[in-house]
Amino acid sequence: MELICILCPRGCRMQVEPGADGQWVVKGNGCSRGKDYALQEMTCPMRTLTTSVWVEGGTYKLVSAKTDRSIPRDKIMEALKQTKRLKVKAPVNIGDVLIENIAGTGANLVATRKVERV
Amino acid sequence: MKVDVVIIGGGPAGLAAALSCHKHGIRDIIILERDSHLGGILQQCIHNGFGLHWFGEELTGPEYAQRFIDQVEKAQIPYLLNTMVVDMDEDKTVYAINPKHGPIKIQAKTVILAMGCRERTRGALMIPGGRPAGVYTAGMAQRLINIEGYMPGREVVILGSGDIGLIMARRLTWEGANVKMVCEIMPYSTGLIRNIRQCLEDYGIPIRFKHTVIKIHGRERLEGVTVAQVDDARRPVPGTEEYVSCDTLLLSVGLIPENELSQKANLQLDPVTGGPVVDEYRQTSVPGVFACGNVLHVHDLVDYVSEEAEIAGYGVWRYLNGLASQLTRHVDMRAKIETGYGIRYVVPQRISGEEDIELFFRSDNIYDEGMVELTDGQKVLASKRFLRIVPGQMERFKIKKQVLSGIKPGGRLLIRWRSLA
Repeated sequence: MELICILCPRGCRMQVEPGADGQWVVKGNGCSRGKDYALQEMTCPMRTLTTSVWVEGGTYKLVSAKTDRSIPRDKIMEALKQTKRLKVKAPVNIGDVLIENIAGTGANLVATRKVERV
Repeated sequence: MKVDVVIIGGGPAGLAAALSCHKHGIRDIIILERDSHLGGILQQCIHNGFGLHWFGEELTGPEYAQRFIDQVEKAQIPYLLNTMVVDMDEDKTVYAINPKHGPIKIQAKTVILAMGCRERTRGALMIPGGRPAGVYTAGMAQRLINIEGYMPGREVVILGSGDIGLIMARRLTWEGANVKMVCEIMPYSTGLIRNIRQCLEDYGIPIRFKHTVIKIHGRERLEGVTVAQVDDARRPVPGTEEYVSCDTLLLSVGLIPENELSQKANLQLDPVTGGPVVDEYRQTSVPGVFACGNVLHVHDLVDYVSEEAEIAGYGVWRYLNGLASQLTRHVDMRAKIETGYGIRYVVPQRISGEEDIELFFRSDNIYDEGMVELTDGQKVLASKRFLRIVPGQMERFKIKKQVLSGIKPGGRLLIRWRSLA
């Protein structure tokens, strides 16, 4: 099957086929990260979640946030449920942990914007 | 007020241009920004994928912006917020207005245009139907969801496969909306391939190529749209109409450089990019006026914007220090690069050939296996091989100055695609 690499904007088209020894064979990858991505994608696709959460008493109503590493794609909806209930207090700094171990993935949800207190 | 450099716009292009000027020892700089914060549209682009080229890591929009804002603060480069530039003359007098100082007149030795671009709206498409609520540009919806905290709707159709539209398909899905389909009038996507993959395919959102919206239904609120297939001339094919109920239509149908000021200052514009014609130092047809970022041509990656802004800063330094030669001072002296087969546009459009340069270009269609060539009309001066070029992806082509040594003032060069398949 064909897979498009999402690691960088080049978007390499890779062919992934089952090899003789039960391993996946990857072709068309522009770099070694592409091969790792393809193998990961065939077993457990991982994505970074980015969203905004409510903030109280800040210069913005929302603070943008992301998971500090990629999480299994099928955990994203569960993680989003947690972020929707959340309300944090200003001030917030880039990198502040808003939710630890989100959806049991081992990743933390961290702020990606500075929000000062009003 | 008199300054060496006025930078119009405090987004990624303006910030990087200011830092580039500062790095070259220029201190008399002012950045004018119309918003209440620096950072520009990056502030609402909360998704990741920025900075892979520039910082070697994957950042979100606000993080990417903050890195530049921090450097600008550290370098103590002055900026004015809530400041709207309303006019600019050919002699580089800039007129602005803000609530604190009222009208401001600045006489600048050089100007860097970094105003970015704007979205094409429904008005540009002329879709028949009423004017109900629920029709948004993709960037507007992005601002509503990510910054203001409003949900534009629940049942969504997206017209156009530009990157912001694709990113918003995923964002809306994450926020609980049902994104029914993306319609793209062209037979290919105008967005990055990786965004088709991670924003549409991940969530089973169909993309219909050679399809467009031909009617908008609803009076107070959008109730649905009629989509139809189009032929090669992009005319709707009778009999292919389909009604799709939805309460929201997002338009992601292209960006246009914000060139109101460029027109006021009488800059020569490129009809294809919509931005000014520039040389390899990003100098426009008016000596001392430079342009970079999406005001020059619409980029797909902010990293390339930062890179281009750095070049503009270098150009300003050359100009202020009298290093700009006759060749780069007068637009007619610089050689013109024309686009040939397969190439939609090239930036810069004029070159002096005094230093090594890099051309940025886009193709007019999808081409596999071939070469991009720069010729002087007779012989090929430089070429670069590509496995595939697609209109949605900006490509780059480095040229050594040695191969340009023969070009004459006012000469002509041609960039074209040659298929090897």
